[in-house]
Amino acid sequence: MGAEFVSAKGSIGLHNITKRYGDLVVVDDIGLDIRAGEFFSLLGPSGSGKTTTLMMLAGFAAPSSGRILLDGKDISHLSPQQRNLGMVFQNYALFPHMSVLDNVMFPLRVRKYRGRECLERAKWAIDLVRLSGYEGRLPKQLSGGQQQRVALARAVVFHPEVVLMDEPLGALDKNLRYQMQMEIKDLQRKLGMTVVFVTHDQEEAMNMSDRIAIMNNGRIEQLGSPKEVYESPCNVFAAGFLGEANLLPYADLDEQYRRRMGMAPGDCLFVRPERVALSDCPQSGADGNGLAGRIAGVSFLGNIVRYQVRINEALQIYADSTNLSGAREFAAGERVAVGWQRPEDARIIRHG
Amino acid sequence: MADSALRRGREPALFKSENLIYPALAFLLIFFVLPLVWFFVKSALDYDGSFALKLYQTFTSGLFMVVAWKTVWISLLVTALALLAAYPIAYTMSRAGPGTFTLAIICVIVPYFTSIIVRTYSWMIILGTNGIINRFLMFTGLTHKPVALLYNTVGVAIGMTYVLLPYYVLTLYSTMKSIDSWLMQAGRGMGASNFYAFRKIFLPLSMPGVISGFLIVYILAVGFFITPALMGGPENVMMAMLIQRNIEITMDWPLASALSLFLLVITLAIYAFYCKYTDLEKMLGR
Repeated sequence: MGAEFVSAKGSIGLHNITKRYGDLVVVDDIGLDIRAGEFFSLLGPSGSGKTTTLMMLAGFAAPSSGRILLDGKDISHLSPQQRNLGMVFQNYALFPHMSVLDNVMFPLRVRKYRGRECLERAKWAIDLVRLSGYEGRLPKQLSGGQQQRVALARAVVFHPEVVLMDEPLGALDKNLRYQMQMEIKDLQRKLGMTVVFVTHDQEEAMNMSDRIAIMNNGRIEQLGSPKEVYESPCNVFAAGFLGEANLLPYADLDEQYRRRMGMAPGDCLFVRPERVALSDCPQSGADGNGLAGRIAGVSFLGNIVRYQVRINEALQIYADSTNLSGAREFAAGERVAVGWQRPEDARIIRHG
Repeated sequence: MADSALRRGREPALFKSENLIYPALAFLLIFFVLPLVWFFVKSALDYDGSFALKLYQTFTSGLFMVVAWKTVWISLLVTALALLAAYPIAYTMSRAGPGTFTLAIICVIVPYFTSIIVRTYSWMIILGTNGIINRFLMFTGLTHKPVALLYNTVGVAIGMTYVLLPYYVLTLYSTMKSIDSWLMQAGRGMGASNFYAFRKIFLPLSMPGVISGFLIVYILAVGFFITPALMGGPENVMMAMLIQRNIEITMDWPLASALSLFLLVITLAIYAFYCKYTDLEKMLGR
């Protein structure tokens, strides 16, 4: 039997990686150190360079400049087949003419495993993704989630230290996606492998990752644990891309308020909707040290109630209130004072 | 649902999609099936004596055996050569960028639409005793006498392969284009060499194109006339040429119709196999 093994290897270094297609810079001088055994996500909108970065790691694209290190060894010029990485592709890329078993055995056969050992290792991987009994099926006879599991088994069957995943859950529906997230995370922990995961889904990235790199326009905007990146975004893009965010620009706030907050032109005030506290405000006009507004809309989302509060002509803010029994409910048109749960919940994102 | 069914119900019967096949079917019946039946019947009636006997005598005669064997064999050779030439061309086209693809498709399509006689005569200029190839060979001193490239099996094989190549290229191309290029990438990413990935992934997935192209080209080759007539020698008489001789020169219509029957049966047999083989696509996970 192939024993489950925990490897201490599988650290990745990207040093000054740039990828150009003609004049177009797709990845712009990024540097990353991914630790062995880490679940690392590259998160960004389409065209942010996250997939290109992954393709350079896999060896399907060559960096225009920079070095890629695997456990300290330069692999920049190795072909994909020399890198020995596991990979799960966006559309699974299962071989349609091969059974589940043959698909999973493919990487083993390439590595010269034959006979019983090959079969046992493949069965171990198929077992791992709970597909025992489906060995003889063709990919098209499986559901999306099952196909996803075959791709996963095929990627880990030869015990790679690093597994690359390119939006592997993109084709699944929401419920299944959450379930697969937990399964992949489980597998990664059990096998102790390094996973580099590309996604544009921020919830997915936060749920699974030890660390996240938020990418935009070929650069890394911010790098950190999900909590760090969510609570202390370093710029407007990171704040807006990860989770819901209220971003109040300097220009739209009144003079007195921004002086009190210490804001400079170009700055933004950032606060998460769940950190906004609404309270009754009987008088018209602000009380001098806070913001006030009128409820413009109420969305009932089940576990939370989202209020849309109009502060002035240009400015509105979202406030999420947990739907607890006895919570104060506001109606559209009511005047409210807008404050923060704690003062530090509102952060100033400096210009540039 | 109900609404669209209603609307379909109101369409004039003439334009119902299943009725649109009838004009083509009528054309085929009047201009292909009827003449063919008439041809066989007339041969049988005109022949004083038993037509069945004539058929028997024909199919056991030495001349028939030789020509039938030549026809089957040269068609097989030409189809195999066309496969060897078409596979790399179609592979390149299916993986090429728009520029290379356009160039390649022009190179394939333009000859396809050019008269077969023009193309055959062009080859005769190239392959002839005083042709480009022989002049080159003699100029470089590789040979002192012209090499016989025309009026023999070599000439027929070259000419027919060339004429039939576009059919094979296009059939293969459409199959190869539908193969997800990520599959080969995935194979290489899992550690396979290019050759191993090709052998285990691309080649099996392209087999439907290889087989259907083989059958199409073979069917066309078996009935070929102009190219073997112009480029072949006395030993390269093919079935279609024999039929033409019997109709126009010796006026032996019963013999011609017996030979035609033979060609028709071969073609239909291959076609039946072709229809059956479409199940192969299911086997390949399509």
